[in-house]
Amino acid sequence: MRFMLRRVAHAAFLIFGASILTFLFASLAPGDYFDEMRLNTQIAPETISALRARYQLDRPLPLRYLRWIDSVIQGDLGYSFSYNSPVRPLLWVRARNTFFLTLVATLLSWGLALPIGVRSAEYLGRFPDSLISWTMAALLVIPELSLALGLLLFAARSGWFPTGEMVSVDFSSLSLVHKLQDLVLHMTLPVLALVLTALPLLVRHVRAAIADVLDAPFMLAARGHGIPRHRLLYRYALPAAANPLISLFGFSIGALLSGSLLVEVVMGWPGLGPLLVEAILSRDLYLVIGGVLLSTLFLVIGNLIADLLLYWTDPRIHADLVAK
Amino acid sequence: MNERRQLAKWLIVLGVLHGVIACAGFFAPYDPLEQDREHPYAPPMKLHLTDMQGHFHLRPFFYPFRVREGSVDQYDEDIARATPLIFFADRSAYRLLGLVPCRLHLFATSGERVFLVGTDGFGRDQLSRTLYGGQVSLLAGLLGAGITLFFGLGIGAAAGYYGGWRDEVLMRLSELFLALPWLYLLLGLRAFLPLAVSPLEAFLLIVIVIGMVGWARPARLIRGVVLSVKERDFVRAARGFGAPDGYLLLRHILPETSSVLLTQATILVPQYVLAEMTLSFLGLGVPQPLASWGNLLANLQQYSVLVSYWWMYLPAVAMVPFFLTYFGLSSALQEWATPHK
Repeated sequence: MRFMLRRVAHAAFLIFGASILTFLFASLAPGDYFDEMRLNTQIAPETISALRARYQLDRPLPLRYLRWIDSVIQGDLGYSFSYNSPVRPLLWVRARNTFFLTLVATLLSWGLALPIGVRSAEYLGRFPDSLISWTMAALLVIPELSLALGLLLFAARSGWFPTGEMVSVDFSSLSLVHKLQDLVLHMTLPVLALVLTALPLLVRHVRAAIADVLDAPFMLAARGHGIPRHRLLYRYALPAAANPLISLFGFSIGALLSGSLLVEVVMGWPGLGPLLVEAILSRDLYLVIGGVLLSTLFLVIGNLIADLLLYWTDPRIHADLVAK
Repeated sequence: MNERRQLAKWLIVLGVLHGVIACAGFFAPYDPLEQDREHPYAPPMKLHLTDMQGHFHLRPFFYPFRVREGSVDQYDEDIARATPLIFFADRSAYRLLGLVPCRLHLFATSGERVFLVGTDGFGRDQLSRTLYGGQVSLLAGLLGAGITLFFGLGIGAAAGYYGGWRDEVLMRLSELFLALPWLYLLLGLRAFLPLAVSPLEAFLLIVIVIGMVGWARPARLIRGVVLSVKERDFVRAARGFGAPDGYLLLRHILPETSSVLLTQATILVPQYVLAEMTLSFLGLGVPQPLASWGNLLANLQQYSVLVSYWWMYLPAVAMVPFFLTYFGLSSALQEWATPHK
């Protein structure tokens, strides 16, 4: 219990720190909204200072931060100038799409990395392992941007996959099965781009972790007892190797989240990425702050889940706490 | 010994690749900004060695393109006007390595222009732009990595050496930076800086932004090294002789961090090249007309370009050998640093 509390406190600290950081970036940036007005000779300096006072821009930074964080906690993330609407509903729709994409990519890349890595470790240095290692090395040196653009090029030329957006225009008129099919087709490319970039690192770590465990005496003993191969690998080796992998799980969420930003822009997936880029280009600062904060929230929650998984799977953590 | 040879091999490959990009002016036949309005989106030209009569020519030649009747971007080879390549020819002036005024090009033509990998929408030579664009992208990566390592070294050394509350504060801060998704952080930081600036300012701006984002990981690694080194006997002996902190750090402790710094550099440079490309690709980095790998690829955001002009994809391929070499170098470095594994 104490472990969990400590992790939650740590997560809260990270979110709090991120909010200070984004606020600082925003406030310390050169120039504010009223600088442009100051150039206009028809507006009296008194008017501008009155406006500044009205929006409380003349207050000291900590005070402004407190007021801002107060409204954020109440769920008011500010107002988007270019969309002419509050930020929260805008972010909400996009965040859902990003979350969906990242979730599918995370599950799929781990679902692939585990069997591939285990197999690779089993045949360490021999045939399937050498092939897998080479493939992963090749994937590792192809940057995300090249990969995403390459996949898009492939889709555009072959015409097998729809490019851009999440669903087709006539989505609402389709039957449930066709809806699902449409969504899957639209998701294939972005998910593929994300999975292929994440995979090499994951496979390498799974392989290393399992290979370490396979050498352990208890594995030899288990093999001596004639426990079948599959059961040996997945019921004995994998749990023993799970510890570093679970930490990696938290990290991989962050990497996939960052990766999804780029992939979303390239593939036209209507997530946080394109929204954020548009917001930056149109200087829609509240939207930017909201987007950065929300992505941090995702990541911190992901890490928290990894921590809790660790707590759940590793009895040593229970034991440590009980001993204290 | 074997590790050392591996290391040397990768270093040579890396040197050659960087040399080609650094001497872009020599390898590029044209100035990257030079437009040819007669040839927008010309596809790559074919070099020939045998002509229509089947005669063999030692000097490679090409048939210049003529726009096909009634189209804007369809070209036919003009078989009547075979034009040979001229090697080591004096053409447009450039500065070698940005310093030495020079006119020599690896190859050039007289009269008709040759586009070995096609042109963009303004008829600018894609080969020249990719080479020059590499200069911008690689320089951004190298400078950004330099800035990151500088801050990482300073912060890591301070945290590890002084310990106490400084260590606590700096490490909490680094955890924060590690926790933020770095691309979002990068964009967030970029968002609050001016958008409409000159290409040079934009370049410096993004180099600084990229360099500032990634200090946390090297700082933590360097802190670890400093923590272990500062308790070693030779450091304690020097301290016993009354060596001041600055001397101890510079003379005894920081040299021990060099292998961590090197491995981190080989990891950071490709990552930062990619960061520059990402920013420029999104329109937040180096602006046109200056070429960088990122803003060259930005053309592909137009669907029609993506579908019809595959040679615009070239910069995405150009960086793969660089990534390969940097990854090879970093693993060779790691093996070299821990020989008995």
